Amino acid sequence: MIEIRDLHKSYQMGSNSLHVLKGINFKAEEGELVAIMGSSGSGKSTLLNILGMLDEADTGDYILDGVKIEKLSETKAARYRNKFLGFVFQSFNLINYKTAMENVALPLYYQKVSRKDRETKALKYLEQVGLKEWANHLPSELSGGQKQRVAIARAMAAEPKVLLADEPTGALDSTTSYEVMDLIQQINDQGNTILVVTHEEDIAHMCKRIIHLRDGVIVEDKKIDQVRASEYVQ
Amino acid sequence: MRLLFDKNTWQEIFGSIGKNKTRTIITVIGVLWGIFIYIALAGAAKGLDNGFERNFETVAKNSLWAWTNRTSIPYGGFKIGRAVPLKVGDAEVLRNRIPEIEYIAPVNTKGVFGGEAALTVRGLKSNSYPVYGYFPEIAKMATQKIYDGGRFINEEDMEYSRKVCVIGERVEQEMFEEDENPIGAYIRVENVYFQVVGVHKFSQTTPFGTDGDIFIPFNTFKKLYNTGESAQFFTIAAYDDADVVQVEKDVKRVLKSIHRVHPDDERAIGSFNLGEIFGRIMGFAQGITFLSLIVGLATILAGVIGIGNILLISVKERTKELGIRRALGATPGEVRTLIILESVFLTMLAGVIGIILGAGVLSIINMMTASNTDFPYTNPTVPIPLVIGALLVMVILGTLIGLIPAQRAVSIKPIDALREE
Repeated sequence: MIEIRDLHKSYQMGSNSLHVLKGINFKAEEGELVAIMGSSGSGKSTLLNILGMLDEADTGDYILDGVKIEKLSETKAARYRNKFLGFVFQSFNLINYKTAMENVALPLYYQKVSRKDRETKALKYLEQVGLKEWANHLPSELSGGQKQRVAIARAMAAEPKVLLADEPTGALDSTTSYEVMDLIQQINDQGNTILVVTHEEDIAHMCKRIIHLRDGVIVEDKKIDQVRASEYVQ
Repeated sequence: MRLLFDKNTWQEIFGSIGKNKTRTIITVIGVLWGIFIYIALAGAAKGLDNGFERNFETVAKNSLWAWTNRTSIPYGGFKIGRAVPLKVGDAEVLRNRIPEIEYIAPVNTKGVFGGEAALTVRGLKSNSYPVYGYFPEIAKMATQKIYDGGRFINEEDMEYSRKVCVIGERVEQEMFEEDENPIGAYIRVENVYFQVVGVHKFSQTTPFGTDGDIFIPFNTFKKLYNTGESAQFFTIAAYDDADVVQVEKDVKRVLKSIHRVHPDDERAIGSFNLGEIFGRIMGFAQGITFLSLIVGLATILAGVIGIGNILLISVKERTKELGIRRALGATPGEVRTLIILESVFLTMLAGVIGIILGAGVLSIINMMTASNTDFPYTNPTVPIPLVIGALLVMVILGTLIGLIPAQRAVSIKPIDALREE
């Protein structure tokens, strides 16, 4: 599903050049649930941004579902993002003046789905994350865990090939974190490919594979026995 | 273009506008004020224009008056300071020599340019009023508003030198009781009894007309004051398409040649050209219209710049939202369109409300001034092309000004936009 070959990325900080990714290679098959771990500054968010086409690599190949992603115009990147990728952010990134349902329906708007279909689909995904009754609430009326579940529903609504989650539990307490991870595992069980960036060991162990990044290189890549989050959820 | 007619686009725009109410209202007020000023000013200028037009509607717009003074240059054997005697017969010469003249009538007056006003008596009431000796043609040059039941001096009055008179409104008030009908009654002017045939309202019959005066037939005047063939001044009306200034020059030239006045003598023949004054006033009114147009457009411009300003701030505020939208798949084009359409929509909304408010204020002013005929202000309207023009200007400006925040919105990378807190 995802293949990355010899990816390099550096940032210009004034006169200094900061080499963030120093040749990353990895492959993720369909249906995988991969945790990308590393301390801050290890380049894990940069990697995720490049995977999410929000940022561009300097050199190296990125192949997503058989499509080589390179030299994207902003417009093309937007189309690809819309078609291939779903995002879950640490800070939820819901649009605060839109209701939960409208937020979930937004990627569908950019897919030119009609309003009625958008609403039907949005409700379906809200139901899946257990927030159907909250469909007409604004994000400000939701708890952190609920917001993240709305964000996950939004990411799923476009039916992407890959779900990219950047510290999805970073702003949540552990109970809520496990609930969110439970949801992510359920989505993964349905066959969706998910990449989770995290620096929390327990969250990483709820995935099926852990990639350790340090100073811009992969230092460890291992398959693990998945811990089911449902064990911690009442 | 497809985006423009897509229901979904508009739902997004209404969503964004409706959910940011304060911003929307503040933005709208700027342009609303601009278009309101524009409409109110343009309408007021038009009202003033109509008002001037109305004030002059009783008098032929290209009329002029000509009279004689003493000469200031010796000529043809005459000494300086000779009084130039204007004759009734000069009217015929002027009419024959200047084809642009439509009507010409000699006028004699007493108590207007010196001489004592005529003592007028009715019963125990008495007062002094200026007296005008008029030809019936005067009515064609300056429409006389005669009150019910009365009439102006006619041909037969002239022919038989009838002792009839048309009195001014004020004369009526001063000589008659309120419930009396003056028509047919007699008043004594200079010890001669005149029958009142009409009462006239104040009109711009001459530049010195009032409503406290008495009109009598020219021939009667001649006999009453023994003026013989002399005339005090001529009232002249040129054809509508004639150049009044040229006619004025011709009249002076002809009068100078008749009375053997030096052609360069500026003092000997005097004149007052209403046509020219009217032209100047209408020019002034046009100037005001033009000015109001400029001021209005400038105010609209200021308002639209205000919209751009607020959208720019709002784009900054919405950086994160726009970043989210782009992460979710909005293309730069879609983001740009969203911002521009918001700008145009807000501009139009403000414009339409402003036009309605402006029209409302104009109609209130119209109602308030409708009864006041002295004030030169009638029927303030704004021509439709001006309104459509203003709307077009607003759409164009709204688009242009929207381009700035729109460009700014897409110039930020989605990743930077998302990091914004």
